[in-house]
Amino acid sequence: MSSLLSIKQMSINFDTPRGSLEAVRGVDIEIPAGMSVGVVGESGSGKTVMCRAAMGLLQGSNVKRSGTVVFDGHELTAMSKEEVRNLFGSGMAMIFQDPMTALNPVRRIGSQLSEGLRVRLGMSKADALARSKELLELVRIPNAAAVLKSFPYQLSGGMRQRVMIAIAIACNPKLLFADEPTTALDVTVQAQILQLLRELREDLKMSMVLVTHDLGVVAGNTDYVAVMYAGEVVEYAPTTKLFADMRMPYTEALLESIPKIDHKSGTRLSMIAGRLPDPTDRGAGCSFAPRCKYAQEKCHKEHPELKQDPDGHQYRCWFPIGEAK
Amino acid sequence: MAGSGTAHMRNTVDAVLTVRDLTVEFRVAKDKIVKAVSGLSFDVIKGETLAIVGESGCGKTTLARAVLQLPPPNSGEVVFDGTDLTLLPKENLRSARTSMQMIFQDPISSLDPRMTVHQLIDEPLEIWDRGNRAERDERINNLLNNVGLEPELVLNRRSYEFSGGQCQRISIARALALDPRMLICDEPVSALDVSIQAQILNLLQDMKDRFGLTMVFISHDLAVVKAVSNRVMVMYLGKICEVAPPEVLYAKPAHHYTKALLNSVPIADPTRQRKTELLQGEPPSPMNPPSGCRFRTRCAAASALCAEQEPQLREVSPGQFVACHHPVA
Repeated sequence: MSSLLSIKQMSINFDTPRGSLEAVRGVDIEIPAGMSVGVVGESGSGKTVMCRAAMGLLQGSNVKRSGTVVFDGHELTAMSKEEVRNLFGSGMAMIFQDPMTALNPVRRIGSQLSEGLRVRLGMSKADALARSKELLELVRIPNAAAVLKSFPYQLSGGMRQRVMIAIAIACNPKLLFADEPTTALDVTVQAQILQLLRELREDLKMSMVLVTHDLGVVAGNTDYVAVMYAGEVVEYAPTTKLFADMRMPYTEALLESIPKIDHKSGTRLSMIAGRLPDPTDRGAGCSFAPRCKYAQEKCHKEHPELKQDPDGHQYRCWFPIGEAK
Repeated sequence: MAGSGTAHMRNTVDAVLTVRDLTVEFRVAKDKIVKAVSGLSFDVIKGETLAIVGESGCGKTTLARAVLQLPPPNSGEVVFDGTDLTLLPKENLRSARTSMQMIFQDPISSLDPRMTVHQLIDEPLEIWDRGNRAERDERINNLLNNVGLEPELVLNRRSYEFSGGQCQRISIARALALDPRMLICDEPVSALDVSIQAQILNLLQDMKDRFGLTMVFISHDLAVVKAVSNRVMVMYLGKICEVAPPEVLYAKPAHHYTKALLNSVPIADPTRQRKTELLQGEPPSPMNPPSGCRFRTRCAAASALCAEQEPQLREVSPGQFVACHHPVA
């Protein structure tokens, strides 16, 4: 299968007063054309940094990066900022977690939505506005004409996220990065937005990277899942395979900690004790070992390599689930 | 919704909090009034956790704040421990509030970034003059140990040095400082990662058992409240849809809105995805709520009756009360 986006050995370090902070460590991810890939992990696991770096959005003298990113035949890591920028909109686009702050508060929706169309596709102002209205209808916003003239504060969170999606898909991107697109929203609106993204992906033949901390969200919305922990991919598999046969204890713990509607009331939820290791000092062994209920001596001393099953299922664990200990 | 009515009230002497016919309205312009909470009644019995569930804008936070008289409601009574808070003079209200504490959604912004953890937890103890310096320090250490933080590691640090989950632990320690009888938690885990949500939910449950607390737990996610609640109240546009024990509500929701909320919870299993219709659109404006049942504009089962007559809460199975003309069979 051809890859639309291929990330190889990506590492991102930030120089901070406390020392070098390893945000992303040797990540390899392939996004096959037309597929949706979920990137799952806790806050601080490096999901967002990885996506931003893949789009070339990380700037600054304190950022140290290595590895290659190849998108649709272009090696982004070898291109200038302007060249990468030319891929935005029609090549790749991004929607962000917080729809409240991602829109410019002092510009009308119509002006923000038509900007990309005018700059990228060279449309006239009138054409761009007409197309903007169609885009709002495409993301199922009722009364699109009135919304074009509104300011962001006049819309609800769900509506703003729909506007963000309309802006992102305006120039028919091949790849959409959705960074926690529903985390700030109610469950009812979350279900609507996820349904909308599924339908748009099908209609526009768009690939998607869906970043989330909730395994429940990736279950019905992705073809592949990469689980990240402490800056590394710790498990990668087709979504159905991952849920049917997880190998990495972290993935299992993450799944068990989701509050479920069939949970017995009054009983304790299973949880992952502790928290992510300090990003300036990842330690020698497996990063998850201090929180892992299966950890053994070896886990604390030696860092596990990424192993691959014959069927392509990858995981980073000395004692994977389902294998004799 | 729904509806008004008092059929679900238990009128027992064990009620720690009884709210009757509470109405909160905000005037936003000369002729525009937001009807945030409309004639709502409920009670919470000692040792119970009442979960209040609904979408953004349904009035759940306004309701919680009105209970604490922040600001006082436009009408209705709030009886806490036998006293109607709406009638209390300001000074008595201030002391009454020490026994009901609130935990907020955003754990980081609800703590003053300029104060150390020690100062944050000491502040209520100092204001209410609970013991001398040594006694208060011991109390602070105990509280931090209770919420799973190491006193010597955290006492002199400030909120920005902690993660969201740790800040929520600090907020809980602070809320417990004055030995409250009731804790009102307003979306305490919505801003946290799933892995941390479980930690905080378990901690709240432990604190409730250890200190004999009565809790009101607000959330937009029915899955989150399942583990912690004894009774669940579903709200929509300032009214009650359904009140029931969690076992009943999750197994056999009687209100169409409750069913829709349950259908919105993502299922963490790619082989068991739902094919059901999602709730479409968003709630109408609380400035101009629909006549009759307020949910009828988004309800598949709505009939002409729903527009004409407001449904009253009635018992459809033991302990399960619903305000709907055509409850889910």
